[in-house]
Amino acid sequence: MAHQSELIEQDILAYLKSHEEKSLLRFITCGSVDDGKSTLIGRLLWDSKMVFEDQLASLEADSKKVGTQGGAIDYALLLDGLQAEREQGITIDVAYRYFSTERRKFIVADTPGHEQYTRNMVTGASTAQVAVILVDARKGLLTQTRRHSYLVSLVGIRHIVLAVNKMDLVAFDRQQFEAIRRDYEQFAASLGFGDITAIPLSALGGDNMIEPSANTPWYTGPTLMNYLESVKIEGEDREKPFRMPVQWVNRPNLDFRGFCGVIAAGTIHPGDELRVAASGRTSRVARVVTMDGDLEEATAGQAVTLTLADEIDVSRGDMLTAIDAPPIHARHPEAHLVWMHDEPLRPGQIYLVKTATAVTPGRVTTVQYAVDVNTLEQKQVPTLGLNEIGVVRLELDRPISFDTYLQNRDTGSFILIDRFTNATVAAGMVISAAPLEPQKTALTESCPERSVAGSGYSRRISLSEASISGIGVSVINLTGVWDPIEFDVATSFIDYLEKGNRVLFRLRAMEQLETLAQLAFEHTLSFEFDRTAEGVSVLIFKRNTRSGSRTPEDKGTGI
Amino acid sequence: MNKNLTHLQQLEAESIHILREVVSEFSNPVMLYSIGKDSAVMLHLARKAFYPAPPPFPLLHVDTTWKFREMIQFRDRMAAECGLDLIVHVNEEGVRQGISPFTHGSSLYTDIMKTEGLKQALDRYKFDAAFGGARRDEEKSRAKERIFSFRSANHRWDPKDQRPELWKLYNTRIKPGESIRVFPISNWTELDVWQYIHLENIPIVPLYYAAVRPVVERDGMLIMVDDDRMELKPGETVQYKSVRFRTLGCYPLTAAVESEATTLPQIIQEMLLTRTSERQGRMIDHDSAGSMEKKKQEGYF
Repeated sequence: MAHQSELIEQDILAYLKSHEEKSLLRFITCGSVDDGKSTLIGRLLWDSKMVFEDQLASLEADSKKVGTQGGAIDYALLLDGLQAEREQGITIDVAYRYFSTERRKFIVADTPGHEQYTRNMVTGASTAQVAVILVDARKGLLTQTRRHSYLVSLVGIRHIVLAVNKMDLVAFDRQQFEAIRRDYEQFAASLGFGDITAIPLSALGGDNMIEPSANTPWYTGPTLMNYLESVKIEGEDREKPFRMPVQWVNRPNLDFRGFCGVIAAGTIHPGDELRVAASGRTSRVARVVTMDGDLEEATAGQAVTLTLADEIDVSRGDMLTAIDAPPIHARHPEAHLVWMHDEPLRPGQIYLVKTATAVTPGRVTTVQYAVDVNTLEQKQVPTLGLNEIGVVRLELDRPISFDTYLQNRDTGSFILIDRFTNATVAAGMVISAAPLEPQKTALTESCPERSVAGSGYSRRISLSEASISGIGVSVINLTGVWDPIEFDVATSFIDYLEKGNRVLFRLRAMEQLETLAQLAFEHTLSFEFDRTAEGVSVLIFKRNTRSGSRTPEDKGTGI
Repeated sequence: MNKNLTHLQQLEAESIHILREVVSEFSNPVMLYSIGKDSAVMLHLARKAFYPAPPPFPLLHVDTTWKFREMIQFRDRMAAECGLDLIVHVNEEGVRQGISPFTHGSSLYTDIMKTEGLKQALDRYKFDAAFGGARRDEEKSRAKERIFSFRSANHRWDPKDQRPELWKLYNTRIKPGESIRVFPISNWTELDVWQYIHLENIPIVPLYYAAVRPVVERDGMLIMVDDDRMELKPGETVQYKSVRFRTLGCYPLTAAVESEATTLPQIIQEMLLTRTSERQGRMIDHDSAGSMEKKKQEGYF
């Protein structure tokens, strides 16, 4: 970086210009404290001059007080952020570190190697493009190496660095390094990585970290920093069919209706034809609007605002897609599920499923099998506990648009949220749309205690922002629900009504009306009743609300 | 445009996504506006996210009454230019008790005027989400902070019970009274912020630029005499020096650095060649080991 300092001193404008062109690489480091992982990251920060003098002073003081290097500088201490874990000498969560060189800005997800490894590693890896897997040169591949590699492959990382660390402790022995590399390549063959680069390192001594080491004249590959600076991160997403989950509809006035979101795949131009995945309606892009002027093109990764040529119904939760390659639109995805909560998965219970497009109530109907992360063997299990991974089938309350995770990490992923504690309990990656199966059968299999009870397994319907769409009137269709219903009412749902919006419930039969009347009673709501061809429709609203959108006939006949 | 997105374009897109997600999922968001460069970037991103509409939330400034006067002028001008409502909240209880950074120490003062003031404001207006301009690279305890950081009904942050945050999927669910602090520029570094200000021509408070200003040397730091509430101690004299500020806060707690940097490129040049991190100019971090972490648990941003 020395010449960089010169450039900064002599021509700051040239320096700034060159740094405008930098790309961004996100990577994750996997390994335990014993592998020297924190030392490795600390070293990268150190050598890229991201450590300042005041931080150095506190690092020196900390190294003497709690360091593990006999008073010498303990690079690992640069990373241990929270007091509690500093005292325990372990990192317990995912931490993000930043450094940059003249070529790239780097975001490192640093995760612990032991406790909670699966949860934390999957979290850190979910946004990473490269994984650096640490191996102790003295020990070779361990169970944890396989575990880390499996998790990294599961989360879709294609570029792997096998960092064979502590080479100084095996006298920089080439045979040892080659043996570990061969073992790893053999093991990883089934994991579907794009490329594997093995590097002999000593993070502590700095060998092959930034500069090629004189201790490994036999090694001709890149140093760790060389690799990170030059690994090609595919711009493949822009070649794929267009996908944009609609995040927000921008309506500042009657003349402007913009659909905002981050493009998840593909490239778009004004005039291109688009399809709304759920409704199948199509239109053409009129403008790609930004504060700096309209764009002629926008591509994967950009946050944009699109206007369409036609007035078609699009709202948050919809996905705008290429006309000829629509995503999957289904209610029954099959997915890898990583369970992240102390409370195990309850098959049959409703969770909130948050995808790139929407929040939808849904349940896991069956756990097909769990994967042992140490042996990669499949086993039959009734449920998943903390840090367990399995393949499951879900049943969503309504169909949603998604891709397989292999195709797109953004439109193929989801999280599960517990409706009562609001905790994020699981992360999911879609494998495919599962073949349809009778819903009752699935529930009986996975939820025997309920079917034994026999009398009235009731269907809980969540009324929240997820069930509302747009301004004015939202429709909730219960004509397909044959079980007795119960409502879980979120405050946002009541807020929505209080703003003068109305919700139309389509009911299958009169017996569902009682629950709805109960809802109105509990929340002081009014309603209007209609007999329709399919059954019954009930319009629920709040009397005397401040919105002007109400029409005079909204008097509410009640019952 | 067949090039890859640059790091700033990617950071910008991530921040805009976060801003829109909050507006989509919360009913009463607010942007905490501290008037500094990070707030300037955050506000600029908000304007981009909702263009052509103005950002659909107000700005909140928790005024300790000890901010630099130029900051207050700048704040009022920016709010007006962006067409945003500005809520200024002062902890009147603290004012009544005469809490001052000079007489009560930075720790107690910050606790009462900033942390308590912030909680009062959030409670009074019942905001369910509050944007903050904090960055993870600022301080070690921030490195593990989530982008959507959950706070209990009494505003506490529990570092041991944070929701896992995967992909771009943010869990925004809260119960009544609870709230979420959202940090749209979590992944930006100090250099990113400066570069972006340069590239996008974002206005910043003139105090960031060097000018001759009245300062007093106290405890090895240069403190600007911004008004007559600052009493000189024996042996102290007001000197006129060309100084600027790397970080902005309450004037009695914010050290100036001697500098000749009067343009943005010069500021960036100085930042890149300096050997101390930006938070060194903030006295509140020095109080005790892990002090930022403690403050955060209690509700400080």
